[in-house]
Amino acid sequence: MIHFVLLISRQGKVRLTKWYSPYSQKERTKVIRELSGLILARGPKLCNFVEWRGYKVVYRRYASLYFCMCIDADDNELEILEIIHHFVEILDRYFGSVCELDLIFNFHKAYYILDEILIAGELQESSKKTVARLIAAQDSLVEAAKEQASSVSNMIAQVTK
Amino acid sequence: MNPFSSGTRLRDMIRAIRACKTAAEERAVVRKECAAIRSAISENDQDYRHRNIAKLMFIHMLGYPTHFGQMECLKLIAASGFPEKRIGYLGLMLLLDERQEVLMLVTNSLKQDLNHSNQYIVGLALCALGNICSAEMARDLAPEVERLLLTRDPNIKKKAALCSIRIIRKVPDLAENFLSPAASLLKEKHHGVLIAGVQLCTDLCKVSVDASNYLRKNCTEGLVRILRDISNSPYAPEYDIAGITDPFLHIRLLRLMRMLGQGDSDTSEYINDILAQVASKTESNKNAGNAILYECVETIMGIEATSGLRVLAINILGRFLSNRDNNIRYVALNMLMKAVAVDSQAVQRHRTTILECVKDSDASIRKRALELVFLLVNDTNAKPLTKELIDYLEVSDQDFKGDLTAKICLIVEKFSQEKKWYIDQMFKVLSLGGNFVKDDAWHALIVAISNAPDLQGYSVRSLYKAFQTSSEQVSLVRVTVWCIGEYGEMLVNNVGVLEVEEPMTVTESDAVDVLEACLTRYSSDIATRSMSLIALLKLSSRFPPTSERIKEIITVHKGSVALELQQRAIEFNSIIQRHQNIKSSLVERMPVLDESAYIGKRTSSSQANIVADKSSQPSSTATTLKFPNGVAKPPAAPLVDLLDLSADDTSVPSSTSNDFLHDLLGIGLTNSPSSGIAPSGGTDILMDLLSIGTPVQNDTASKVVSSNQGFAPTTKPVPTTIQVMDLLDGLPSNGSLPGSQTPVYPSITAFESSTLKIMFSFTKQPEKPHVNKIHATFVNLSSDAYTDFVFQAAVPKFVQLHLDPASSNQLPASGNGTITQTLTVTNSQHGQKALAMRVRMVYKVNNQEKSEQGQIDNFPPGL
Repeated sequence: MIHFVLLISRQGKVRLTKWYSPYSQKERTKVIRELSGLILARGPKLCNFVEWRGYKVVYRRYASLYFCMCIDADDNELEILEIIHHFVEILDRYFGSVCELDLIFNFHKAYYILDEILIAGELQESSKKTVARLIAAQDSLVEAAKEQASSVSNMIAQVTK
Repeated sequence: MNPFSSGTRLRDMIRAIRACKTAAEERAVVRKECAAIRSAISENDQDYRHRNIAKLMFIHMLGYPTHFGQMECLKLIAASGFPEKRIGYLGLMLLLDERQEVLMLVTNSLKQDLNHSNQYIVGLALCALGNICSAEMARDLAPEVERLLLTRDPNIKKKAALCSIRIIRKVPDLAENFLSPAASLLKEKHHGVLIAGVQLCTDLCKVSVDASNYLRKNCTEGLVRILRDISNSPYAPEYDIAGITDPFLHIRLLRLMRMLGQGDSDTSEYINDILAQVASKTESNKNAGNAILYECVETIMGIEATSGLRVLAINILGRFLSNRDNNIRYVALNMLMKAVAVDSQAVQRHRTTILECVKDSDASIRKRALELVFLLVNDTNAKPLTKELIDYLEVSDQDFKGDLTAKICLIVEKFSQEKKWYIDQMFKVLSLGGNFVKDDAWHALIVAISNAPDLQGYSVRSLYKAFQTSSEQVSLVRVTVWCIGEYGEMLVNNVGVLEVEEPMTVTESDAVDVLEACLTRYSSDIATRSMSLIALLKLSSRFPPTSERIKEIITVHKGSVALELQQRAIEFNSIIQRHQNIKSSLVERMPVLDESAYIGKRTSSSQANIVADKSSQPSSTATTLKFPNGVAKPPAAPLVDLLDLSADDTSVPSSTSNDFLHDLLGIGLTNSPSSGIAPSGGTDILMDLLSIGTPVQNDTASKVVSSNQGFAPTTKPVPTTIQVMDLLDGLPSNGSLPGSQTPVYPSITAFESSTLKIMFSFTKQPEKPHVNKIHATFVNLSSDAYTDFVFQAAVPKFVQLHLDPASSNQLPASGNGTITQTLTVTNSQHGQKALAMRVRMVYKVNNQEKSEQGQIDNFPPGL
């Protein structure tokens, strides 16, 4: 299983973390610090797998972001590389040519997308189209609710004026 | 506008934080925002709750504490609208983890949401449950999830399946409930559901054997069919990755097949064909294809495959190994480790490539390759492989050296056929990577050397040579120091020269030079210095002309700040100065530890306590540091362990070493039953007694002695007298009165408490000045009678005590009667040290046990 997902920038800033195994807040900061040091120090030609604390961490660099996933020692690393790429492609499709800034200002949307791809540390959906469809449906629900709220308050505002 | 909202939208806050140039600025902004959020929370603000939580999540990602927002998440989840629930659940998953108790409060909301009419809300609930539920929540909500597994909506189905995975991981007992729904999931067409379903089945197999039997019987056929369909399917745009339809599903199916085929030849046979098809058909120019091939090979290795299939798998591995992509090579090395168990011949063919990988620039590949090489070592290739590894050790990175040395040591130990080769390799390893060599590796080396008398001269000379060049390697220094100490005369007299050796002359003072260098060098640690001190002592006996010089060297350390060194220096100095007669027997050659027994014990006693573990090494002197100082640990424990480890000796070492100790130090001591000296007793009295003023030390003099017999040092405290004497050099010692002829000694009140009084009166025979007869009288000062009265006494090591039987063991109350007892006390240090005694009285009063103890140091001088 995937124990956690980590997105860190080249400068070591955390852009997204998702934990599927119990780690306390203190442990989380420690893990992030350790892994940032380990992964950011690796050269470009080296393989994408790092052994850490008995687990394997698979990472891939996309522009200025490192996408890292920590898996058990007996999982298929190449598949995880594919899952990372799957995630990135969906993000790309959603944000339209995604860049790091998109992920910073819309981190909650990135999380929603991740939740449609992984649950309990396992892959949920292999079709990018389906994921996009589900996210779009939920977004429209939110839009609709917002519109409703603003129209009601408009009405009230008009009434109380 | 709510006056308590911070006013800023999420976007603006993020912009503000990113604009901060320093950490202090950022902290200020965050603090302001948190304050606003906190006041909004306390005002129970509804409108901007979701914005506040979003802000809080961002702040949390920056690393600041955000626990005050946890309850807000709960309120959002309990709200009725979809947007609130969405952000509430996200906040829940981000700000909380399963160990927090707050999580339990969500159970009710979750239950309601799982039954909601809006499918997306059900999805949210399942997602949250699947990501962070605890065991209790899992138990509570499992029935809901089971029900949801059977809905028609594929979105809910797949989420429910993954949620069930978490449930059975947390509560494995519930696995049976999910078994039949899981099997029915495999009949679906939707890929998402299939992936989740296959994963659920895999986890069920991991958790319960019944599940795997059930699935094996009912689902194997279906699985093969699904795999065949997607493998043969034409281009499907929705699921296509690099020309392969849904590689994820391929991989999951292969994994489940592996679990079902493991150990079961029927299933293995059934899936043979599809495995062959996938293995040969899949293209391997893209990562997706390689991932599938990887999984396929793992499956082939994991089941009872035909030999043809195995050959296919090994071929794929061979191709991977020569691939230029680092990832593929890493994966190949990984797979080869499993392949070794299956077909090690085939893997041996790739040995050279693997050795190359040990030297690769990528740390992960190096590590894997080293592990693989270790698995490939057998008797035939051990020598060349070791040579290659040692050559590489010279140039490898520091962080890799640790692993490398450990592995080389293991290989050399396991596969050495001749002692000389083993010793040679170990010397090389010590010279190149001695700092990384673990203690038991060089201990084993010492055992081997001591068991090979014809190689001892060679060893000590090689070590001497190696020391000249690589003296910064700690383990090398320690082994050298020990060997020079033990076999110094072989070094100097060129004993046992082998033909391969170059001639070398080492004088006695050269040898002492080496030891002195180790001792005085700044970089030596305490253990090395302690070993050097002992080695110097040995040399002072083996090379008498150097004795003066050695004494000077040792004297320097009498004032050392390190307690261990100071103690050793003082004691060895005194041995050299005052005890020449016993010195040579003290430092005789160590008895050889039986090698096979040692190796056997070493492998079996993995968790032996430190004392026992170290006790087994002949170089125990180096490890005496580990003994706690001044701890009143009953010496029985390490002695028992000693009994365990020493293969031959079954007699109580304590008494024998006791005798040796006293024989050597010129004291005869009998173990009288009522004396508290018995080492196996190890009572507090004894400890306290012997610590007269100074803390109990583990006297290395005793260690030197006991090491002479190859026993471990006992933690039995040994008189600190020698030490005290040196420290008090020049001070008049107690009781060194000019001997009077017929001394008359006044009686003393040895002990007095509110309930008991003891009087001692003394007689002495003039021709035996060191023997005293003490007549003890016990008086009961209380108003209750005492029964079962027992008197015990303990004396320092230089004193011998003999107790005659008491007159009775009933002591009437209020001094109406007395008990008398005669003690014979022999002071071997008569005239130099005064008597001292610790006493303990145990008796019953009104059927209750009572005890009193005290120390007697008011003996008249001259006893």
